[in-house]
Amino acid sequence: MMLQVEHLKITFPHATGHFEAVKDFSLTVEEGQVIGIVGESGSGKSMTAHAIMGLLERKHIQVSGSIRFQGVELLELTRSQLRAYQGKELSIIFQEPMTSLNPTMKIGVQVEEALRIHTKMNAKERKARALEAMALAGLPNGEALYHQYPHQLSGGMRQRVMIAAALVLRPRLLIADEPTTALDVTIQAQILDTLKEIKRKEGIAILFISHDLGVIRALCHHVVVMQQGEIVEAGPIEQVFHHPQQEYTQRLIASRPTRTKLKAGGSHG
Amino acid sequence: MAEQPMVKIQGLNSFYGKGHERKQVLRNVSLTLSPGEVLGIVGESGSGKSTLAKCILGVVKEVEGALEVNAFRPQMVFQDPYGSLNPAKSVGWFLEEPLRVLGIKDKKERRQQAVDMLRQVGLGEEHYARRPSQLSGGQRQRVAIAAALIGGSRLIVLDEPVSALDVTMQAQILQLLVDLKAKFHLSYLFISHDLAVVYQICDRVAVMYQGEIVEQGDVDTIYDHPQHDYTKKLLQASLALEE
Repeated sequence: MMLQVEHLKITFPHATGHFEAVKDFSLTVEEGQVIGIVGESGSGKSMTAHAIMGLLERKHIQVSGSIRFQGVELLELTRSQLRAYQGKELSIIFQEPMTSLNPTMKIGVQVEEALRIHTKMNAKERKARALEAMALAGLPNGEALYHQYPHQLSGGMRQRVMIAAALVLRPRLLIADEPTTALDVTIQAQILDTLKEIKRKEGIAILFISHDLGVIRALCHHVVVMQQGEIVEAGPIEQVFHHPQQEYTQRLIASRPTRTKLKAGGSHG
Repeated sequence: MAEQPMVKIQGLNSFYGKGHERKQVLRNVSLTLSPGEVLGIVGESGSGKSTLAKCILGVVKEVEGALEVNAFRPQMVFQDPYGSLNPAKSVGWFLEEPLRVLGIKDKKERRQQAVDMLRQVGLGEEHYARRPSQLSGGQRQRVAIAAALIGGSRLIVLDEPVSALDVTMQAQILQLLVDLKAKFHLSYLFISHDLAVVYQICDRVAVMYQGEIVEQGDVDTIYDHPQHDYTKKLLQASLALEE
């Protein structure tokens, strides 16, 4: 298996002692699998993703348990050893591309960043690969965008640039942390289609994090439901969506807007 | 006497920039909002929906056409309560600011009104001294709503008020808005890109595309018989994620 997380526990120092953001999280991801993690704000889903990527600050945040990626225990690696994986084998995209893209750097430079760090490619090779990745991310006019800046692009295009940058080294696992939450529904649907297409073409595994089970259902085979740092339910997406076992999962599904009118006093009646 | 509309707009055009750069952002927009009504404005980013809101609030003054707003100090609630609450100030300060502007000098009275309003939005006295960083996203949005209401406004423009929230929090905030509307006889202009959310709260909906209202009407009619291609696309995107 590609990724195996066992008994992951993430603890923060807190004014009143310690706060366990993630209590006991275990998950296996096989090559090419698309797995969703769903939960409310504070359920620990993003924290888990950041731990897998090795993005948590080790000085203050305690991470215990095991994260094995392609047989290597990531939690035992030094920071420089870990860097050999970040952006290369493992990649991440975030909710808000405007904050993860550098506003002062051209698009092309940012898409190529991982190539400069991890490969010995020359400028021409880098550009060719960057344009390939941009096309894969749904930006066929990469040549035109190459010299533009993030503020010149729409939100959806910025997210595509992030996806291109994340894919430029052909990682085996892409972690997508609420990548469509900040986007319009029509753009959201397009980005989900692009991710599906990337999965089909590249056989990449995706760990997709969202608060919205509907979005997860549009993309994932399996889902893990998190609440207050723990997995409360897991299974094939259709099974969980149609036959949720836990009250919490039922509540997540029921909260999705449906075609009903809200009435005053409805929350109490 | 027939009830005067809260907002009446006829043939509104709005522009940004000057000379060659001048760009029309609103084209011949006409709409009416009656007291107690919730009108949804849907459209994608860049369709002009937020500009329309700013015209109604009087922030954008570069307009042509007829624009009539018969509401005392219309207020706005934004998508991102992080961005609209000053991180250095307490909830109490934020709620009392409109009261200070209205000339209420008595500290005790301001505090009492602020605490009363906190209760109306499902918070309490314990939140009065907190800073935005000590609140959850949903609580922050409740504070923003309280601040919009505390000065006595009856017309509230809600610009994507639940788009940044979790689905469970979304449902709670929408319910709160419906309850407050009934209690205070409010009118809302509800801006959103999410037709599913719009359905839950709006009586009528106007669909904007490239600065124009391409169709408007009763929510059920628009949902069941969309005329414009963009509306159809929007409905598909929204409903593809349902059921």
